[in-house]
Amino acid sequence: MLTADFDIYKDLLKTESGIIITPDKAYLLDSRLTPVARRWGHEDLDAMAAALRGAPDKRLVKEIVEAMTTNETSFFRDTRPFNLFKHAVLPYITQQRQNTRRLKIWCAACSSGQEPYSLSMILKEEAEKHGVFQTDILGTDISEDILEQARTAIYSQFEVQRGLPIQLLMKYFEQTDKKWQLKNDIRKMVRYRYFNLLDSMTMLGTFDIIFCRNVLIYFDEATKRDILGRMSKCLAPDGVLYLGGAETVLGVTDAFKPITGVRGLYAHADSEIALTVSEQADAKSAFMP
Amino acid sequence: MLCLIVDDSSVVRKVVRRILEEMDIDCAEAADGQQAFESCQNTMPDVIMLDWNMPVMNGMEFMCKLRAHPTPTQPKVIFCTTENDTDHIQAALAAGADEYIMKPFDSDIIRSKFEQIGLL
Repeated sequence: MLTADFDIYKDLLKTESGIIITPDKAYLLDSRLTPVARRWGHEDLDAMAAALRGAPDKRLVKEIVEAMTTNETSFFRDTRPFNLFKHAVLPYITQQRQNTRRLKIWCAACSSGQEPYSLSMILKEEAEKHGVFQTDILGTDISEDILEQARTAIYSQFEVQRGLPIQLLMKYFEQTDKKWQLKNDIRKMVRYRYFNLLDSMTMLGTFDIIFCRNVLIYFDEATKRDILGRMSKCLAPDGVLYLGGAETVLGVTDAFKPITGVRGLYAHADSEIALTVSEQADAKSAFMP
Repeated sequence: MLCLIVDDSSVVRKVVRRILEEMDIDCAEAADGQQAFESCQNTMPDVIMLDWNMPVMNGMEFMCKLRAHPTPTQPKVIFCTTENDTDHIQAALAAGADEYIMKPFDSDIIRSKFEQIGLL
Protein backbone atom coordinates (compact mmCIF):
# COMPACT_ATOMS: atom_id res chain seq x y z
CA MET A 1 0.00 0.00 0.00
CA LEU A 2 1.26 3.49 -0.79
CA THR A 3 2.28 5.60 2.20
CA ALA A 4 -0.23 8.26 1.20
CA ASP A 5 -3.01 5.67 1.16
CA PHE A 6 -1.93 4.25 4.52
CA ASP A 7 -2.10 7.78 5.92
CA ILE A 8 -5.67 8.16 4.64
CA TYR A 9 -6.75 5.18 6.74
CA LYS A 10 -4.57 6.14 9.69
CA ASP A 11 -6.01 9.67 9.83
CA LEU A 12 -9.58 8.50 9.31
CA LEU A 13 -9.36 6.00 12.16
CA LYS A 14 -7.71 8.49 14.50
CA THR A 15 -10.31 11.17 13.76
CA GLU A 16 -13.39 8.96 13.81
CA SER A 17 -12.56 6.57 16.63
CA GLY A 18 -9.25 7.51 18.27
CA ILE A 19 -7.77 4.17 17.19
CA ILE A 20 -4.07 4.44 16.42
CA ILE A 21 -2.71 2.39 13.53
CA THR A 22 1.07 2.29 13.20
CA PRO A 23 2.87 1.11 10.03
CA ASP A 24 3.74 -2.23 11.66
CA LYS A 25 -0.01 -2.89 11.95
CA ALA A 26 -0.67 -2.18 8.25
CA TYR A 27 -1.43 -5.87 7.77
CA LEU A 28 -4.57 -5.34 9.89
CA LEU A 29 -5.82 -2.90 7.27
CA ASP A 30 -5.35 -5.56 4.59
CA SER A 31 -7.05 -8.36 6.49
CA ARG A 32 -9.95 -6.37 7.90
CA LEU A 33 -10.66 -3.81 5.20
CA THR A 34 -10.28 -5.86 2.02
CA PRO A 35 -13.77 -7.40 2.52
CA VAL A 36 -15.16 -3.87 3.03
CA ALA A 37 -13.45 -2.66 -0.16
CA ARG A 38 -14.95 -5.57 -2.12
CA ARG A 39 -18.43 -4.90 -0.73
CA TRP A 40 -18.17 -1.31 -1.88
CA GLY A 41 -16.97 -2.33 -5.35
CA HIS A 42 -13.35 -1.28 -4.99
CA GLU A 43 -10.62 -3.41 -6.46
CA ASP A 44 -8.32 -2.99 -3.48
CA LEU A 45 -7.50 -0.73 -0.52
CA ASP A 46 -5.70 1.79 -2.71
CA ALA A 47 -8.86 2.21 -4.79
CA MET A 48 -10.96 2.59 -1.63
CA ALA A 49 -8.47 5.14 -0.28
CA ALA A 50 -9.09 7.22 -3.38
CA ALA A 51 -12.83 7.14 -2.61
CA LEU A 52 -12.12 8.35 0.91
CA ARG A 53 -10.44 11.53 -0.27
CA GLY A 54 -12.64 14.62 -0.29
CA ALA A 55 -16.13 13.98 1.11
CA PRO A 56 -16.39 10.24 1.71
CA ASP A 57 -19.67 8.38 2.17
CA LYS A 58 -20.42 8.36 5.91
CA ARG A 59 -21.69 4.78 5.75
CA LEU A 60 -18.36 3.67 4.29
CA VAL A 61 -16.45 5.52 7.02
CA LYS A 62 -18.60 3.84 9.68
CA GLU A 63 -18.08 0.43 8.12
CA ILE A 64 -14.31 0.96 8.08
CA VAL A 65 -14.27 1.96 11.74
CA GLU A 66 -16.44 -1.03 12.67
CA ALA A 67 -14.18 -3.39 10.74
CA MET A 68 -11.10 -2.08 12.52
CA THR A 69 -12.46 -2.41 16.06
CA THR A 70 -11.31 -5.40 18.07
CA ASN A 71 -14.13 -7.39 19.60
CA GLU A 72 -12.16 -9.87 21.66
CA THR A 73 -14.12 -10.68 24.81
CA SER A 74 -15.36 -13.57 26.89
CA PHE A 75 -17.56 -14.25 29.89
CA PHE A 76 -15.76 -13.39 33.15
CA ARG A 77 -12.71 -12.38 31.11
CA ASP A 78 -9.51 -12.50 33.19
CA THR A 79 -11.66 -13.75 36.12
CA ARG A 80 -9.98 -11.64 38.84
CA PRO A 81 -11.88 -8.41 38.02
CA PHE A 82 -15.13 -10.31 38.48
CA ASN A 83 -14.04 -11.94 41.72
CA LEU A 84 -13.18 -8.42 42.91
CA PHE A 85 -16.56 -7.18 41.73
CA LYS A 86 -18.43 -9.90 43.59
CA HIS A 87 -16.44 -9.93 46.81
CA ALA A 88 -15.14 -6.37 47.20
CA VAL A 89 -16.66 -3.74 44.91
CA LEU A 90 -20.30 -4.85 45.07
CA PRO A 91 -20.37 -5.11 48.90
CA TYR A 92 -18.72 -1.69 49.09
CA ILE A 93 -20.97 0.10 46.63
CA THR A 94 -24.21 -1.46 47.91
CA GLN A 95 -23.23 -0.30 51.39
CA GLN A 96 -22.69 3.21 50.01
CA ARG A 97 -26.09 3.14 48.27
CA GLN A 98 -28.23 1.91 51.17
CA ASN A 99 -30.38 5.04 50.93
CA THR A 100 -31.01 5.24 47.19
CA ARG A 101 -30.79 1.47 46.60
CA ARG A 102 -29.88 2.20 42.99
CA LEU A 103 -26.81 0.97 41.19
CA LYS A 104 -25.61 2.20 37.81
CA ILE A 105 -22.85 0.47 35.85
CA TRP A 106 -21.37 1.41 32.47
CA CYS A 107 -19.48 -1.06 30.32
CA ALA A 108 -17.71 1.18 27.82
CA ALA A 109 -16.79 -0.80 24.68
CA CYS A 110 -18.93 -3.77 25.67
CA SER A 111 -18.43 -5.69 22.42
CA SER A 112 -20.86 -8.62 22.09
CA GLY A 113 -22.12 -8.29 25.65
CA GLN A 114 -20.20 -10.89 27.62
CA GLU A 115 -18.89 -8.34 30.14
CA PRO A 116 -22.22 -6.70 31.05
CA TYR A 117 -23.96 -10.07 31.10
CA SER A 118 -21.27 -11.48 33.39
CA LEU A 119 -22.05 -8.61 35.76
CA SER A 120 -25.79 -9.28 35.42
CA MET A 121 -25.30 -12.89 36.43
CA ILE A 122 -23.26 -11.88 39.47
CA LEU A 123 -25.89 -9.33 40.47
CA LYS A 124 -28.58 -11.98 40.11
CA GLU A 125 -26.58 -14.48 42.17
CA GLU A 126 -25.82 -11.91 44.86
CA ALA A 127 -29.26 -10.30 44.97
CA GLU A 128 -30.34 -12.05 48.15
CA LYS A 129 -27.19 -10.99 49.98
CA HIS A 130 -27.54 -7.29 49.20
CA GLY A 131 -31.32 -6.94 49.19
CA VAL A 132 -33.42 -5.28 46.54
CA PHE A 133 -31.49 -2.85 44.37
CA GLN A 134 -32.60 -1.15 41.21
CA THR A 135 -29.75 -1.90 38.83
CA ASP A 136 -29.04 -0.30 35.50
CA ILE A 137 -26.25 -1.65 33.32
CA LEU A 138 -25.41 0.30 30.19
CA GLY A 139 -23.32 -1.35 27.47
CA THR A 140 -21.91 0.88 24.75
CA ASP A 141 -19.81 0.20 21.70
CA ILE A 142 -18.73 1.86 18.47
CA SER A 143 -19.96 -1.05 16.35
CA GLU A 144 -23.69 -1.29 15.60
CA ASP A 145 -23.24 -4.86 14.38
CA ILE A 146 -21.65 -6.02 17.59
CA LEU A 147 -24.32 -4.23 19.64
CA GLU A 148 -27.00 -6.13 17.74
CA GLN A 149 -25.24 -9.37 18.67
CA ALA A 150 -25.13 -8.21 22.28
CA ARG A 151 -28.86 -7.47 22.27
CA THR A 152 -29.81 -10.88 20.89
CA ALA A 153 -27.42 -12.51 23.39
CA ILE A 154 -26.99 -15.64 21.29
CA TYR A 155 -23.57 -17.25 21.67
CA SER A 156 -21.76 -20.12 20.02
CA GLN A 157 -20.73 -23.27 21.83
CA PHE A 158 -17.15 -21.97 21.84
CA GLU A 159 -18.14 -18.63 23.36
CA VAL A 160 -20.13 -20.14 26.24
CA GLN A 161 -17.28 -22.45 27.14
CA ARG A 162 -14.70 -19.72 27.65
CA GLY A 163 -14.85 -18.47 31.21
CA LEU A 164 -18.46 -19.40 31.93
CA PRO A 165 -18.95 -22.05 34.63
CA ILE A 166 -21.22 -24.86 33.43
CA GLN A 167 -23.61 -24.25 36.33
CA LEU A 168 -24.24 -20.71 35.11
CA LEU A 169 -24.73 -21.95 31.54
CA MET A 170 -27.41 -24.32 32.77
CA LYS A 171 -29.05 -21.71 34.97
CA TYR A 172 -29.14 -18.67 32.74
CA PHE A 173 -29.07 -19.89 29.12
CA GLU A 174 -31.45 -21.69 26.80
CA GLN A 175 -30.21 -23.94 24.04
CA THR A 176 -31.38 -22.93 20.59
CA ASP A 177 -30.22 -25.46 18.02
CA LYS A 178 -26.42 -25.36 18.28
CA LYS A 179 -26.30 -22.00 20.01
CA TRP A 180 -27.06 -20.72 23.47
CA GLN A 181 -29.22 -17.71 24.29
CA LEU A 182 -29.27 -15.86 27.58
CA LYS A 183 -32.63 -15.96 29.29
CA ASN A 184 -34.74 -12.86 29.16
CA ASP A 185 -34.39 -11.92 32.84
CA ILE A 186 -30.62 -11.52 32.43
CA ARG A 187 -30.84 -9.88 29.02
CA LYS A 188 -33.25 -7.22 30.21
CA MET A 189 -30.84 -6.15 32.96
CA VAL A 190 -28.62 -4.57 30.29
CA ARG A 191 -29.46 -1.78 27.87
CA TYR A 192 -27.25 -1.04 24.89
CA ARG A 193 -26.55 2.02 22.85
CA TYR A 194 -24.09 3.12 20.20
CA PHE A 195 -21.45 5.39 21.67
CA ASN A 196 -18.10 6.69 20.45
CA LEU A 197 -15.71 7.35 23.36
CA LEU A 198 -14.52 10.47 21.52
CA ASP A 199 -18.01 11.99 21.86
CA SER A 200 -19.37 13.97 24.79
CA MET A 201 -20.31 11.76 27.74
CA THR A 202 -22.57 14.26 29.48
CA MET A 203 -25.75 12.62 28.12
CA LEU A 204 -24.84 9.25 29.61
CA GLY A 205 -25.43 10.25 33.23
CA THR A 206 -23.48 9.31 36.33
CA PHE A 207 -22.32 5.81 37.16
CA ASP A 208 -21.27 4.03 40.32
CA ILE A 209 -18.94 1.68 38.49
CA ILE A 210 -17.37 2.06 35.05
CA PHE A 211 -15.74 -0.82 33.19
CA CYS A 212 -13.36 0.44 30.51
CA ARG A 213 -11.14 -2.57 30.11
CA ASN A 214 -8.76 -3.22 27.23
CA VAL A 215 -9.94 -0.17 25.31
CA LEU A 216 -7.43 2.56 26.09
CA ILE A 217 -4.57 0.45 24.72
CA TYR A 218 -5.75 1.37 21.21
CA PHE A 219 -5.46 5.13 21.80
CA ASP A 220 -2.55 7.55 21.97
CA GLU A 221 -1.65 9.31 25.24
CA ALA A 222 -3.56 12.51 24.48
CA THR A 223 -6.73 10.59 23.61
CA LYS A 224 -6.40 8.42 26.73
CA ARG A 225 -6.05 11.55 28.88
CA ASP A 226 -9.05 13.17 27.20
CA ILE A 227 -11.27 10.07 27.60
CA LEU A 228 -10.29 9.50 31.23
CA GLY A 229 -10.79 13.19 32.02
CA ARG A 230 -14.33 13.15 30.64
CA MET A 231 -15.03 9.75 32.17
CA SER A 232 -14.14 11.10 35.61
CA LYS A 233 -17.12 13.46 35.31
CA CYS A 234 -19.41 10.44 34.71
CA LEU A 235 -18.24 8.56 37.77
CA ALA A 236 -19.89 9.15 41.14
CA PRO A 237 -17.53 10.72 43.73
CA ASP A 238 -17.26 7.39 45.54
CA GLY A 239 -17.38 5.30 42.34
CA VAL A 240 -14.93 2.73 40.98
CA LEU A 241 -13.27 2.59 37.57
CA TYR A 242 -12.03 -0.68 36.11
CA LEU A 243 -9.24 -0.64 33.52
CA GLY A 244 -7.61 -3.59 31.74
CA GLY A 245 -4.58 -5.39 33.10
CA ALA A 246 -2.23 -3.63 30.67
CA GLU A 247 -3.70 -0.19 31.30
CA THR A 248 -3.13 2.43 33.98
CA VAL A 249 -3.92 6.04 34.81
CA LEU A 250 -0.42 6.64 36.12
CA GLY A 251 1.41 9.12 33.95
CA VAL A 252 -1.74 9.63 31.86
CA THR A 253 -4.16 11.62 34.01
CA ASP A 254 -4.44 13.17 37.46
CA ALA A 255 -8.21 12.66 37.53
CA PHE A 256 -7.92 9.14 38.94
CA LYS A 257 -5.66 7.28 41.33
CA PRO A 258 -5.19 3.55 41.86
CA ILE A 259 -7.20 2.06 44.72
CA THR A 260 -4.60 0.94 47.23
CA GLY A 261 -3.82 -2.73 47.04
CA VAL A 262 -6.20 -3.51 44.18
CA ARG A 263 -4.50 -3.59 40.80
CA GLY A 264 -6.74 -2.53 37.90
CA LEU A 265 -9.21 -0.54 40.02
CA TYR A 266 -9.19 3.24 40.22
CA ALA A 267 -11.03 5.99 42.07
CA HIS A 268 -11.28 9.76 41.85
CA ALA A 269 -7.97 11.35 42.80
CA ASP A 270 -9.54 13.04 45.84
CA SER A 271 -11.60 10.11 47.08
CA GLU A 272 -10.83 8.06 50.16
CA ILE A 273 -12.06 4.66 49.01
CA ALA A 274 -10.66 1.69 50.86
CA LEU A 275 -11.84 -1.68 49.64
CA THR A 276 -11.74 -4.77 51.80
CA VAL A 277 -10.08 -7.33 49.59
CA SER A 278 -10.29 -10.86 50.90
CA GLU A 279 -8.24 -13.71 49.52
CA GLN A 280 -11.37 -14.86 47.71
CA ALA A 281 -11.81 -11.44 46.09
CA ASP A 282 -8.21 -11.30 44.94
CA ALA A 283 -8.27 -14.82 43.51
CA LYS A 284 -6.83 -15.22 40.05
CA SER A 285 -8.62 -18.53 39.66
CA ALA A 286 -11.91 -18.64 37.87
CA PHE A 287 -15.09 -16.94 38.91
CA MET A 288 -17.16 -19.38 40.91
CA PRO A 289 -20.92 -19.12 41.11
CA MET B 1 -1.04 -32.88 38.86
CA LEU B 2 -2.13 -36.03 37.08
CA CYS B 3 -4.97 -36.12 34.56
CA LEU B 4 -6.52 -39.34 33.30
CA ILE B 5 -7.78 -38.89 29.75
CA VAL B 6 -10.60 -41.31 28.99
CA ASP B 7 -11.72 -41.49 25.38
CA ASP B 8 -12.09 -44.32 22.88
CA SER B 9 -10.53 -42.13 20.18
CA SER B 10 -6.75 -42.26 20.27
CA VAL B 11 -6.70 -39.03 18.26
CA VAL B 12 -8.72 -37.17 20.89
CA ARG B 13 -6.54 -38.59 23.66
CA LYS B 14 -3.45 -37.42 21.81
CA VAL B 15 -4.82 -33.91 21.26
CA VAL B 16 -5.91 -33.54 24.90
CA ARG B 17 -2.59 -34.90 26.12
CA ARG B 18 -0.69 -32.40 24.00
CA ILE B 19 -2.74 -29.49 25.37
CA LEU B 20 -2.42 -30.64 28.98
CA GLU B 21 1.30 -31.34 28.76
CA GLU B 22 1.80 -27.79 27.54
CA MET B 23 0.09 -26.77 30.78
CA ASP B 24 2.64 -28.88 32.70
CA ILE B 25 0.04 -31.48 33.63
CA ASP B 26 1.01 -35.17 33.68
CA CYS B 27 -1.29 -37.47 31.73
CA ALA B 28 -2.43 -41.07 31.74
CA GLU B 29 -4.83 -42.57 29.22
CA ALA B 30 -7.67 -45.08 29.10
CA ALA B 31 -9.79 -46.16 26.13
CA ASP B 32 -13.04 -46.92 28.02
CA GLY B 33 -14.65 -46.74 31.44
CA GLN B 34 -13.48 -50.17 32.52
CA GLN B 35 -9.84 -49.36 31.74
CA ALA B 36 -10.29 -46.02 33.48
CA PHE B 37 -11.63 -47.64 36.64
CA GLU B 38 -8.70 -50.07 36.74
CA SER B 39 -6.31 -47.18 36.21
CA CYS B 40 -7.90 -45.29 39.13
CA GLN B 41 -7.51 -48.32 41.37
CA ASN B 42 -3.77 -48.30 40.65
CA THR B 43 -3.20 -44.56 40.76
CA MET B 44 -5.97 -42.11 41.57
CA PRO B 45 -5.59 -39.04 39.31
CA ASP B 46 -6.35 -35.48 40.38
CA VAL B 47 -8.68 -34.91 37.45
CA ILE B 48 -10.36 -36.99 34.76
CA MET B 49 -11.24 -35.81 31.25
CA LEU B 50 -14.10 -38.14 30.40
CA ASP B 51 -15.82 -39.01 27.14
CA TRP B 52 -19.45 -40.13 27.33
CA ASN B 53 -19.95 -42.70 24.57
CA MET B 54 -17.39 -45.50 24.76
CA PRO B 55 -17.49 -49.29 24.36
CA VAL B 56 -17.33 -51.70 27.33
CA MET B 57 -18.27 -49.07 29.93
CA ASN B 58 -19.45 -45.59 29.05
CA GLY B 59 -18.42 -42.39 30.79
CA MET B 60 -21.55 -42.03 32.90
CA GLU B 61 -21.37 -45.62 34.16
CA PHE B 62 -17.71 -45.13 35.00
CA MET B 63 -18.29 -41.90 36.90
CA CYS B 64 -21.17 -43.35 38.93
CA LYS B 65 -19.00 -46.35 39.81
CA LEU B 66 -16.09 -44.07 40.73
CA ARG B 67 -18.24 -41.74 42.86
CA ALA B 68 -19.67 -44.76 44.74
CA HIS B 69 -16.21 -46.19 45.31
CA PRO B 70 -14.80 -45.52 48.79
CA THR B 71 -11.61 -43.54 48.33
CA PRO B 72 -9.83 -40.94 50.48
CA THR B 73 -10.05 -38.32 47.75
CA GLN B 74 -12.33 -38.11 44.75
CA PRO B 75 -10.84 -36.70 41.56
CA LYS B 76 -12.47 -33.83 39.69
CA VAL B 77 -14.36 -35.03 36.61
CA ILE B 78 -14.70 -32.99 33.44
CA PHE B 79 -16.92 -34.56 30.82
CA CYS B 80 -15.60 -33.98 27.30
CA THR B 81 -18.16 -35.21 24.81
CA THR B 82 -20.20 -34.59 21.69
CA GLU B 83 -23.35 -34.90 23.83
CA ASN B 84 -24.10 -31.19 23.98
CA ASP B 85 -27.75 -30.94 25.04
CA THR B 86 -28.96 -29.67 28.40
CA ASP B 87 -30.41 -33.06 29.41
CA HIS B 88 -27.01 -34.74 29.18
CA ILE B 89 -25.22 -31.84 30.89
CA GLN B 90 -27.68 -31.74 33.77
CA ALA B 91 -27.53 -35.52 34.17
CA ALA B 92 -23.74 -35.37 34.33
CA LEU B 93 -23.75 -32.58 36.92
CA ALA B 94 -26.38 -34.38 39.01
CA ALA B 95 -24.27 -37.53 38.96
CA GLY B 96 -21.19 -35.71 40.23
CA ALA B 97 -19.37 -34.15 37.26
CA ASP B 98 -17.52 -30.94 38.10
CA GLU B 99 -17.38 -29.40 34.64
CA TYR B 100 -18.48 -30.19 31.11
CA ILE B 101 -16.81 -29.62 27.75
CA MET B 102 -18.82 -29.86 24.56
CA LYS B 103 -16.73 -31.09 21.64
CA PRO B 104 -15.17 -29.64 19.58
CA PHE B 105 -12.85 -27.92 22.02
CA ASP B 106 -9.60 -25.99 21.92
CA SER B 107 -6.81 -25.29 24.40
CA ASP B 108 -8.53 -22.10 25.67
CA ILE B 109 -11.62 -24.06 26.62
CA ILE B 110 -9.67 -26.78 28.40
CA ARG B 111 -7.63 -24.19 30.30
CA SER B 112 -10.80 -22.28 31.18
CA LYS B 113 -12.47 -25.42 32.53
CA PHE B 114 -9.43 -26.37 34.60
CA GLU B 115 -9.52 -22.86 36.05
CA GLN B 116 -13.24 -23.13 36.78
CA ILE B 117 -12.72 -26.07 39.09
CA GLY B 118 -9.73 -24.53 40.82
CA LEU B 119 -7.00 -26.68 39.27
CA LEU B 120 -5.01 -23.77 37.83
